[in-house]
Amino acid sequence: MKQFTLSIIILISVSTAFAQTNIIGTVTDNKKQPVAGASLAIKDSYDGATADSLGRFRFKAFDKGSQILIISAVGYKTIELTIELKGGEIQLPVQLKQEITEISAVVITAGSFEASDRNRVAAVLSSIDIVTTASANGDVTGALKTLPGAQQIGESEGLFVRGGTAAETKTFIDGTLVNNFFFTSTPGIASRGRFSPFIFKGTVFSTGGYSALYGQALSSALILESIDLPEQSSANLNISILSLGAGFQKLSKDKRSSWGVNYNYSNLTPAFAVIKQQQDYLKAPVAHNIDLNYRIKTSKNGMLKYYGYYTTNSLAFTQNSLDSMNYKDKFSLTNGNMYHNLSWKESLKHKWKFTAGVSLSTNKDDISFGMQDAQKNDVLLNGLQFKNFNLNNKGFYGNAKLVLEKKFRGLNALRFGSEYNHSDDKNNITIFNGITFNNRIVENVYALFAEQDVYLTNNLAAKFGVRAEHSALLSKTNVAPRVSLAYKLGKQSQASLAYGIFYQNPELRYQPALNPLIFMKAEHYIAQYQKTTSLTTFRLEAFYKKYDNLIKTSNVNGRDIASSNNGFGDASGFEFFWRDKKNVKNLDYWISYSFLNTKRDFLNFPTAITPNFAAKHTASLVMKKFVTKLKTNVNLSYNYASGRPYYNIQFDPNTNKTYFADRGRIPDYHNVSFALNYLPGIGKKNPKAFAVYVLSVSNIFNIKQVYGYNYSANGMRRQELVPPSRMFVFIGAFISFGVDRTDDAINNNL
Amino acid sequence: MKQVLLGLFFATIFANVFAQSERYAGAMQKNLEAFAAAKTAAEMHDLSNSFERIADVEKTQWLPYYYAAMTEVLNGYMITDKAGADVIADRAELLINKADAIEKNNSEISCVKSMIASLRMMVNPMQRWQQYGALSSQLIEQAKQQDPSNPRPYALLAQNLFYTPAQFGGGCTTAKPVAEEGVKLLNAFQLKSPLHPSWGKTQFDMVMDQCK
Repeated sequence: MKQFTLSIIILISVSTAFAQTNIIGTVTDNKKQPVAGASLAIKDSYDGATADSLGRFRFKAFDKGSQILIISAVGYKTIELTIELKGGEIQLPVQLKQEITEISAVVITAGSFEASDRNRVAAVLSSIDIVTTASANGDVTGALKTLPGAQQIGESEGLFVRGGTAAETKTFIDGTLVNNFFFTSTPGIASRGRFSPFIFKGTVFSTGGYSALYGQALSSALILESIDLPEQSSANLNISILSLGAGFQKLSKDKRSSWGVNYNYSNLTPAFAVIKQQQDYLKAPVAHNIDLNYRIKTSKNGMLKYYGYYTTNSLAFTQNSLDSMNYKDKFSLTNGNMYHNLSWKESLKHKWKFTAGVSLSTNKDDISFGMQDAQKNDVLLNGLQFKNFNLNNKGFYGNAKLVLEKKFRGLNALRFGSEYNHSDDKNNITIFNGITFNNRIVENVYALFAEQDVYLTNNLAAKFGVRAEHSALLSKTNVAPRVSLAYKLGKQSQASLAYGIFYQNPELRYQPALNPLIFMKAEHYIAQYQKTTSLTTFRLEAFYKKYDNLIKTSNVNGRDIASSNNGFGDASGFEFFWRDKKNVKNLDYWISYSFLNTKRDFLNFPTAITPNFAAKHTASLVMKKFVTKLKTNVNLSYNYASGRPYYNIQFDPNTNKTYFADRGRIPDYHNVSFALNYLPGIGKKNPKAFAVYVLSVSNIFNIKQVYGYNYSANGMRRQELVPPSRMFVFIGAFISFGVDRTDDAINNNL
Repeated sequence: MKQVLLGLFFATIFANVFAQSERYAGAMQKNLEAFAAAKTAAEMHDLSNSFERIADVEKTQWLPYYYAAMTEVLNGYMITDKAGADVIADRAELLINKADAIEKNNSEISCVKSMIASLRMMVNPMQRWQQYGALSSQLIEQAKQQDPSNPRPYALLAQNLFYTPAQFGGGCTTAKPVAEEGVKLLNAFQLKSPLHPSWGKTQFDMVMDQCK
């Protein structure tokens, strides 16, 4: 017995003393690159090691027999190996497979700029950049004009992208199309966007090659995502030389829903009294604007959002007439616009997700053109009766969209869905003698789309999409394929390619036409190189765009009426973007440059020419600096565009053709803008109110900017088309109560 | 004989259990010594892996996960290219959540959570200050409430304030009183075991030295 006991004791001690196995080896990935920092662990034991910078490891295991070795590393799939521990040494080559994750995988960035707070390589701007760009003046599209691809156009609103017209850019809020994104056009003045930049948390500005989920835009898609629940309830007040406003945002106690309301009244009379305008205002612009929002979390990942908006604005001005000396051209406008957007996204079982959205809007314009004499009496001049007319436009628009998404392993995803777009435009023109011409165009566009994301590895991704559309008005159907690819060249660099066909209906104002019209078409080819670190972004992009079936007009009784789809054109160029938050201390800046070579023959152009909205060289420099001592944010921007061509195209009834009565090139465009934001409350503990004071000056050097020429009807006289004022100064204060809305308020310029 | 055998049998079991806890204490002690000496990001990550291995075996102990998370955060603080810090913060968060599941409402754990929020902020301070700066401060407050005698939330706060410009309500004027308060707490703090968190002195000394 004694011996037996002894043997047990010996056995126990032997089992602890001699069971030691040395495990050595190297951890690599499937490209034979070492995986530094990989963890090796014997299951249910303390034994293990971390791979060194060359992927090598060495450790002692004290257990015996069959054991499980777990090898894991961030970004790789964890593997388990069964190993036999029996003393001595085990040599183990270990190979890990990369996990395809959002952080490690390549992102398709060709043709798109993202402004959001997501940590993605595509996000070259943050959402706050949209409002802190000095030349942006608090307008959503303002900051985008400092990015490559967009033109510096000052005489009319919209984004003119890569040789395209403003109408070739479409805007989407939470997935659905927005009609009348800008205030109604006013001759020679760029209207502002209707929506406050503060209601958006994410912006994707596509300068080409965009996803099959979107359509009806030949050049560009501007995709805006509205904000989710606020962090806290708050109230805010704003006062400036342009407007007065107040708002309230209430977050429910369970933090699952919120509602808010804002009202804003703007009146430019005081500002125009100080800053002399080119136009002689009979009625300075006045606007009332009210918006409502409601957001509710429907589940962990589900969210229902409503945003409603109503605005009414009016203005009237005169300008010296070119047609008759000592007389003035008069323009007046009253606009009412309502917009509702309801969107719902929800995650379903089995990695399905759906996004549904509906938007409805109405727009009413009452516009009147006329003439006045020196004493400001309305007059009707013989021979110039055509200058007196009224336009009454009423539009109703609806857009509905449903997208279903199924996620597969490793980021692979399939999206498909449908979109319906309805528009009903009623235009009445009443000419000088009281005769009214009525026109009503109803259009229904139905679309089906599908898109597949394919991630072959972390380094290679592709997106295949197709979109089919049917237009009831044109009674035509199109099918548009889209493909994009991205390949990771290194840890920080990647290359992307994109190709796609894009169709767009002729604008409704060209309907009805002399002959049936068909879809206009553009084909995009894009190649991009991008290198990103956490504080810098470098981008180089080259593109080629081919236009077909553009609208041509014919002159009928002195009016240009759409007659065919025989127009065509192309655009090519390259663009450069550099953003740097690192190399100059405390300074954040970006530089962009675009080279554009484009020609087109459309509308009344006599031949293919570089259109008057296309500058060959466009560049911007944007700088931001926070001066801690002064609690002030300083923003500076410089925009440049080389001289655009200008044309006066006249119709010759003898040859039945148009010709250039005048043509040339306008001077180069320069604009230096500057904005200061003073935040006295910053850093204060629990402030009851938080104030931001803003001073911004556009065109601080008072440089003369010419956008083109206005011509008299007979083409005999011309006048420079210049901004309403050379320089503009804005002063305002924004105060929020209850919550520190520093970032929000920082540059609420308008 | 039977009794002797039975006695021996129990003795072996006791010895095994004792050896087990001794092994745990020994391994932790060894790691804590290595932690005190660690100077590089790679060493911190190695320690994090090592603490995690202990944690995965000792399923009822929160300290190994706590240290595994802590060393991983410090790895994140030490790497030069902060672009990779999000992934590190993700891992640290996973580990601290495991500690949290074992030991709920723990002040020390809230401190590490605050450090993780600060790490995420460092990836892009300009953009993330609002979200993660606020979260970090909130977690420090939470740690204070969970254990008012814990000096470590004060160490984090004093350090944060010291590095915040005076114009934003930071600097010596606000950091020093917090450090002074923390030093008092640290001197009075009763350690539950040699393995429990005891850090804070370095942070207080730094602030007190710089703010003389």
